[in-house]
Amino acid sequence: MSAVKLQNIEKKFGDFTAVHPMSLEMPEGSFVTFLGPSGCGKTTTLRMIAGLLDPTSGDIFVGDRQINDVPIHKRNLGIVFQNYALFPHKTVADNVAFGLKHRNVEKAERERRIREALELVQLPHLAKSYPTQLSGGQQQRIALARAIVIEPDVLLLDEPLSALDANLREDMRVELKRIQEQIGITTVFVTHDQSEALAMSDILVVMSDGRVEQVGDPKEIYSNPTSRFVADFLGTSNILKANQVVKDSKRGLEADAAGFVPMQDTQLSKLEGCNTAYLVIRAEKMELLAKDAPSDERLSLNGTVEAVDYQGQLVRYFVDVAGTKFQVLNMLTGNTAFNEGDEVSVRFHASDCVAVGENN
Amino acid sequence: MGWTLVRFWTLLVYLFMFLPVAVVVLLSFNANQFGSFPVTGFSFRWFVELAGNEPIIRAFKTSLLLGALTAVISTTLGVLASLALVRYKVPGSNFISTLLIAPILVPEVVLAVALLLFLNFLSVHKSFFMLLMGHVIFTLPFVVLVVQARLIGIRRDVEEAAMSLGATPVQTFFQITLPLLAPAVFAGALFAFTISFDDITGTLFWKPGGVETVPTQIFAMLRNSISPEINALGSVMIFFTVGVPLIGAAIARRLAHKQSR
Repeated sequence: MSAVKLQNIEKKFGDFTAVHPMSLEMPEGSFVTFLGPSGCGKTTTLRMIAGLLDPTSGDIFVGDRQINDVPIHKRNLGIVFQNYALFPHKTVADNVAFGLKHRNVEKAERERRIREALELVQLPHLAKSYPTQLSGGQQQRIALARAIVIEPDVLLLDEPLSALDANLREDMRVELKRIQEQIGITTVFVTHDQSEALAMSDILVVMSDGRVEQVGDPKEIYSNPTSRFVADFLGTSNILKANQVVKDSKRGLEADAAGFVPMQDTQLSKLEGCNTAYLVIRAEKMELLAKDAPSDERLSLNGTVEAVDYQGQLVRYFVDVAGTKFQVLNMLTGNTAFNEGDEVSVRFHASDCVAVGENN
Repeated sequence: MGWTLVRFWTLLVYLFMFLPVAVVVLLSFNANQFGSFPVTGFSFRWFVELAGNEPIIRAFKTSLLLGALTAVISTTLGVLASLALVRYKVPGSNFISTLLIAPILVPEVVLAVALLLFLNFLSVHKSFFMLLMGHVIFTLPFVVLVVQARLIGIRRDVEEAAMSLGATPVQTFFQITLPLLAPAVFAGALFAFTISFDDITGTLFWKPGGVETVPTQIFAMLRNSISPEINALGSVMIFFTVGVPLIGAAIARRLAHKQSR
C-alpha cells in the first residue's frame, strides 16, 4: 500500500492531447475516483498509472518510487478491467494463482492466499470452475480476487461495474467498497457513473476534455461545484446566466427568470477573473407549492408545470418561469403531485444557490 | 413429390462425387492383376507390393517431410505475421495483409511459373529447399487467415491483465495468448500439411530432378501404365488426407471445448 502522486503528467496522441498536464496526490489507503464523460481522459490517466501507456511528459510516483520507466509487469499494481479479462483457459483458482506464480510464492503459501482471496470475495466454492461457467458478477469478483491476491501497492479499477446489471451494480458497489476498506489499499477508480463516484470515493476527480475540472470530497463537489461543467454533469441543475449586482446593500446575482438572489461572498469570490457568471440551483433544492400557498422565508417564483416525469418515489417537473425552463425534483409525499398546466410557486433558499464562473 | 426429386438428385450428386473414391478403395483390395472390374477376390497383395516399391516409399517419405516442414514453417511465420498485423500498428498493414493472402487468389500455375522464372533469373538452382519455400508461400495464406480470425477474438485486456500480474510480454505470449490461439494454430498447421501433401501443380514446376513427392510419383506412374498399386496408393492417400484432418479437427474441437467449458 502506497500513496500515488502524479506530477504534471500529460498524454498526447499525435496532435491530440488526451490528458493536459495534471498533478494529483492520492494519500495512502484512499479511494480516488476519476469521473467524467467518455473521452475525458480518465481511462488514459489510469492506463498511464498502470503502465499500459507512457505519459508524454511528467512523472508518476508510487510511494517514493518513480515508476515512469518501470514496465507494467514490475509495477506491482492490481488492475480490474471493465470486461473482467479473466483467462478463459484457466480455472478460477489458476486465474488467482497466476500473479502468485510469477512472484515465486511457494505452493502451500500460494494455496492459502488463493483461499483467503476467494473467501474475501465470498466465492471459495468456485475455485475449480472455469470463467465461462460464472455469471458476470461472479467473474468480476474473481477478477478482483486475482488483482488483490498479489498484495499490490495500488488497486486500479477501470469501469469495473459498467458491464453488470443495474441491481447487481449497486450490490457490487457496496461489496467493492467493503473489500477496499477491509484491506485498506490505495484505489484508483474510473467511472462515468456519478452515483458510483459519489457513493464510493474519498477523493473525487471530475474530468472533462482531458482536464481536471474539480478535485475534492464528493459532498463538497456536489454541493459547491466550481465550474459550469461540474454543476451540469453532477446531478440535475438549473443553470442560469446571471449578472453580479448589489441590491439593498446586499451583493448577489441577478438572472432573468430567477430575479435577484443574494449570495455569500465565498460564492461570489469564485467569479473573480471570469467574464460570465452563472447561477446554479439544484433541482432537488427547489420545491413546488400551489400558487396560492402562503409565503415563507424562501424565494418564490411563479410558473406553470409543462411536463411531469414520474419516477416512482420522485417526480421531475419541468416548470416554465417567464420563458425559462426549470427542472424541479420533489419527493412524492401525500397528495402533493402537480399536473401539467398547473400554476405553481417554485420555492428555494438563496443559501442553496451556487455561483460558477466561466471564461469564454 | 418435389422433395423426393430433390432428395434423389442430391443422392445422385453425392454418388457422382464419392463413387470414384469408393471404387479406388474397393479395387485396391482386388486380387485381379489388371486392377479393374470384376472384383475377383479380396487381397492385400497390392499394399504389400506398394510397401516394396522403393520409389513410392521414397516419394512418401519426401512428401511427409515436405508436408511437416511446410506446416512448421508456415505456422510459425503465419502466427508471427498475424500477431504483428493484429496486435501492433504496422504501417501499410492492409497492404501486407493482402500480399500475404494473394497466393490464394493467383492461379497456382501462374505462381508456379513465376517463382520458377524468378529463380532462373537469380540463377538459383532448384532444390528441396526451394520446393519447400514454394509450398510455404501458398500455404501461408491459410494459416494467416485462420490465426488472424482467432487472434482478433482474443481480447487485448486478457494479455494486459497477465502483464499486470507480473508476466513479461514473452511469458504472456506463451502462457496466455498461445494457449488461447492453439485451436487456430493447430488448424493452420493441418491446412498447411494437407495442402502441401496434396499439391502437384507447383511441385511439378519446382521439384529438383530426382525428387518425387507422392502426387508427382503417381503422375509419373500413370504415364507408363495403370498399375493396381496406384489404387492401393490412392487408398493410403485417402486415409492420410481425409483421416488426418478429421482426427486433427477432433483434437482442435476438444482444445476449443476445454477453453469454453
